[in-house]
Amino acid sequence: MTTAPAPAVGQSLARPRAKRLVTGRGRYTGDIAAKRALQVAFFRSPHPHARIKSIDVSAARALKGVVLVATGADVAKHCKGFAGIHRLFKGMKAAEQWPLAFDRACWQGEPVVAVAAETRAIAEDALDLIEVDWEPLEGLGTPEKAIAGGTVLHESLGDNIGYDGTTASGDVEAALAGAAVVIEDTFRFGRHTGVCLEPRSILAAYDPSDDSLVVHESHQCPAQQQAIFADLMGLPEHRVRVVCPDVGGAFGIKQQLYGDELATCIVSKMTGRPAIFIADRVESFASDIHAREHVVKGQMAFAPDGRILGLTVDDLFAVGAYSNYPRSSIGEASHVAALTGGPYRIPAYRARVRMIYQNKPPVGHYRAVGHPIACAVAEQLLDRGARALGLDPIAVRRINQVPDGTASHKSHSGFMLNGLTVEACLGKLLAGFDMAAFRREQQDARKRGLLLGLGIANFVEFTGTGAPYYGESGAPVTAQESCLARLEPSGHVRCLTGTTDQGQGTDTAVGQAIADAIGVSFDDVEVISGDSAGPVGGGAWASRGASSGIEAAVRAGRALRDEILRLAGLILQRKPEQMMLAGGLLCDAASGAELITLREVATIAHYRQHLLPPGTQPELSMTRSFVPQSQSFITTNGVQLSVVSVDPGLGDVRLLRHRVAHDSGTVINPMLLDEQIRGGVVQGLGAALFEEIHYSEDAVLGTGSLMDYLLPLATEIPDIEVAHLATPDPGTSIGAKGAGEAGTAGAAAAVLNAVNDALAPMGAHISTLPITPERVLAAIAAASSSHDTKPGLQG
Amino acid sequence: MKPALFTYHRPGTLPDALALMAEHRGGARVLAGGQSLMPLMAMRMTRPEQLVDINRIDELKGIRDTGDTLTIGALTRYSEILRAPLIADSLPLLSEAIRHVAHHAIRNRGTIGGSLALADPSAETPATCLALCARIVARSSAGEREISVDAFFEGLMSTALAEDEILVAVRIPKRPAKVPHAFLEFARRKGDYAQAGIILAPSHGGVAENRAVVFGIGSTARRSAALEGAMTNGLSAEAKAALQQEVTAIIDDDEGAAYKLPIVMTLAERAMGRLKP
Ligand SMILES: Cc1cc2nc3c(=O)[nH]c(=O)nc-3n(C[C@H](O)[C@H](O)[C@H](O)COP(=O)(O)OP(=O)(O)OC[C@H]3O[C@@H](n4cnc5c(N)ncnc54)[C@H](O)[C@@H]3O)c2cc1C
Repeated sequence: MTTAPAPAVGQSLARPRAKRLVTGRGRYTGDIAAKRALQVAFFRSPHPHARIKSIDVSAARALKGVVLVATGADVAKHCKGFAGIHRLFKGMKAAEQWPLAFDRACWQGEPVVAVAAETRAIAEDALDLIEVDWEPLEGLGTPEKAIAGGTVLHESLGDNIGYDGTTASGDVEAALAGAAVVIEDTFRFGRHTGVCLEPRSILAAYDPSDDSLVVHESHQCPAQQQAIFADLMGLPEHRVRVVCPDVGGAFGIKQQLYGDELATCIVSKMTGRPAIFIADRVESFASDIHAREHVVKGQMAFAPDGRILGLTVDDLFAVGAYSNYPRSSIGEASHVAALTGGPYRIPAYRARVRMIYQNKPPVGHYRAVGHPIACAVAEQLLDRGARALGLDPIAVRRINQVPDGTASHKSHSGFMLNGLTVEACLGKLLAGFDMAAFRREQQDARKRGLLLGLGIANFVEFTGTGAPYYGESGAPVTAQESCLARLEPSGHVRCLTGTTDQGQGTDTAVGQAIADAIGVSFDDVEVISGDSAGPVGGGAWASRGASSGIEAAVRAGRALRDEILRLAGLILQRKPEQMMLAGGLLCDAASGAELITLREVATIAHYRQHLLPPGTQPELSMTRSFVPQSQSFITTNGVQLSVVSVDPGLGDVRLLRHRVAHDSGTVINPMLLDEQIRGGVVQGLGAALFEEIHYSEDAVLGTGSLMDYLLPLATEIPDIEVAHLATPDPGTSIGAKGAGEAGTAGAAAAVLNAVNDALAPMGAHISTLPITPERVLAAIAAASSSHDTKPGLQG
Repeated sequence: MKPALFTYHRPGTLPDALALMAEHRGGARVLAGGQSLMPLMAMRMTRPEQLVDINRIDELKGIRDTGDTLTIGALTRYSEILRAPLIADSLPLLSEAIRHVAHHAIRNRGTIGGSLALADPSAETPATCLALCARIVARSSAGEREISVDAFFEGLMSTALAEDEILVAVRIPKRPAKVPHAFLEFARRKGDYAQAGIILAPSHGGVAENRAVVFGIGSTARRSAALEGAMTNGLSAEAKAALQQEVTAIIDDDEGAAYKLPIVMTLAERAMGRLKP
């Protein structure tokens, strides 16, 4: 008799892939050897906005080692144009794009000419020889300038407003008029990006003999890329295959289509040779998608007891020159409208969002898309309201929170928020945190000229996007996940999943879930992801790996287990329901007595079918899919706490503590989950204090390298304490909710609140991220000049 | 990010290196630790035609006790300076400063000569050598000369080194550990170049004058007369006003640096506080 082994789900198993990566055996796109491959480099626009009068590539073409120099017009002959429209957003306008600019460049860094050469160095030499006669046009470097009525970026659109939409509920004017306190402010969020260890990379191999295209790409969504390349290049889709091998971080940067990547595929078609493009770090700043350039006016109205009476949000979302294809760039603003104040009951609400075109690279879907904006605006307004009313900010949160246990709450923005646990998360966050001691320490520190501050930020998240959101968009984006589970003749299991892994450990979690679903040990399962020739799935985005990808895997695993039990039943002449499969052994369900090994069943099913009853057809590969069909998102929530010190003499902010409590639903791998939260927090802390891509008013790029784009380093980050709630999502059997973006969603808001808590005694506050020394000093200076007597530090 | 084509030389002796510098006068660049030069070349912001790698030249390496001074070979790595007992005993200010330079990997390659030749206004080593009253030893095929550090930094990333000269060593008056000093900088992240920094090196037996250096603002690290006076007379209101005037004059030519004024003032006050016994 055997005792069933402990389930793999719930264990902190290490990622098998990690060992390979840390020992230098990663297989990234750039590691894939392709015979006769050409290296592609792009001539990029040095101007934010300029007409191309002529291009002279003759000297570049003549350089030894150069095989192809292709302009925008050359490349455009091999594909269709594309425009990033999301049809769910009525009235959205987007200009058509091509792989390379051909009559006009609309941002500094837009690709203009592709050079393919025997080496990257030669290709870069050739770039130096390209002569473009430019006619510079006015550059739009801020959303305010773009809506001021001057230059129209795309004449066909009429103006620079790509979308203008309002969400409203209740009587917001009455709420503002009848409030004890209305806090109003304008928040500015700097442009930043996701910095991946592995830059964007693509290796395209077109074969003219069968009109096929095989692409290896550092990307999150191979199935989407297959559909796009086939459609835009006019290739039969079943002859296009996109493989995403090891991917060194993605964070949404590798989620949509880039012109330079499509151009690389076309270079391969034009030359008949494989073509590889690996973005370097410097061009990444000018060509990767950016994120979060928002100017948000917010007003929050309070009753004397701290109840929120109403909220207004007016978001100018400056996306860049184009809307991304195929998903569009609207995501951030739509999340701002949907989620600002999400954790609270707000009787009156109005949110206007405008998506603004200007001369910068497109904004895409960087980790936590829009959530950090929604969170920072609401949580800072709430803190300021509490301060104005002389109330405890935590108490004000508590009286406004959506009560736990509400199965389904219709938010002020009209979304169904299911199973929120706002109070439980807040309780977990504060458990073991001595608030009184902190407030004493804060008082003491002030006497020494050091300002300490504490900030809390509640947030609601949209994760695991369901069918309606992209189903309505018109884009080739599936919310469905699929998994194929295959029994090997040895009794091992190989599993192909449509969800993908860029370092977060999704493959491991899929392996754990499927091992349990079948009844084998984790070590006996191999998970393969990232191939568009495998089961069709959406890939990685919207924190959907666990909720959708694993659900599909569980369903495939159960189907395979049922088939194994059926076959074992035929072999042993027993009823399948009287047996169970655990740890690779088939046992009697009642007594646990061992009956036969899985290996024996597999061997018979693969090699000795003649031993089975006549008419038996074993099915040893099972594919199952799962899609959240009717709901737009799986909703969840969390809360973060930050403690900072501010040195008022230097404007220096240091992060001292950070805590997170989050409801991730069923926890599949506690270690991976903790590290997902921590990694997300770090990116949010980067947004809070460090990361900003600088542009001038005229949209000239001022950020050149990682010397001036500051990423948080381990030395800047405090220990991040993470606690989980595990309220299963009722919509799936696994019950997991999204967790990959939670850290990023609330971290910056918690820091903003902490810094403003620290600055409060000086009468200063900050409404701009990132919080740089320059901005802190300016806020302190503004506060002291706006008072007759300097407030100084009260002891 | 691939460098433009260049010819690579790796001479084994200083005379050979100097001959190459003379032969390619103007077209040749010295490669030391490569921590600044290689990224600049990769980004094609600089395109030397000839690269003279000095890493195999032993006479440029190491720290020697030369009586009242220490002589540090140009090719001495930051990490060696941090480990050297001679430095700990006789130039603790230098090791304190270098602890603020970048990270282990960079300190293992980067050299004191490279940092001085690069003359970055925010770098710790040039500013500290200025505070320590160092002399720079430069050699060309025509001979050797010593340049006072006060005359060495001429402007933004530019020095008194001639095109065919190699910086061979830096000679620094010893400064015993018991002599007080202050080194204070503000960097956004640990290991970053300084936003601003203040170094105070009061006079002692080896150096007859107070030396105070402000770095991280303007085109080069500079001495501050206001602070040097304050080191004797205290940081009075007048001294503060004088410092404020000095700093404002520097910052006015430095786009986007206006916000650094309060930072420099704070650092100066705190640095002065550290000098008190
Ligand atoms: C990530 C990172 C962070 C950094 N942070 C800091 C920091 O916080 N503070 C700081 O001070 N520095 C910092 N640096 C720069 C570092 O200190 C460099 O090592 C140093 O500036 C140059 O030294 P090197 O030996 O590497 O010189 P190289 O890069 O080899 O050369 C630099 C320049 O000096 C010239 N040169 C070098 N040696 C000689 C010589 N003997 N004679 C004549 N010319 C010579 C070269 O031709 C070149 O022009 C950082 C560098 C990196 C990559």
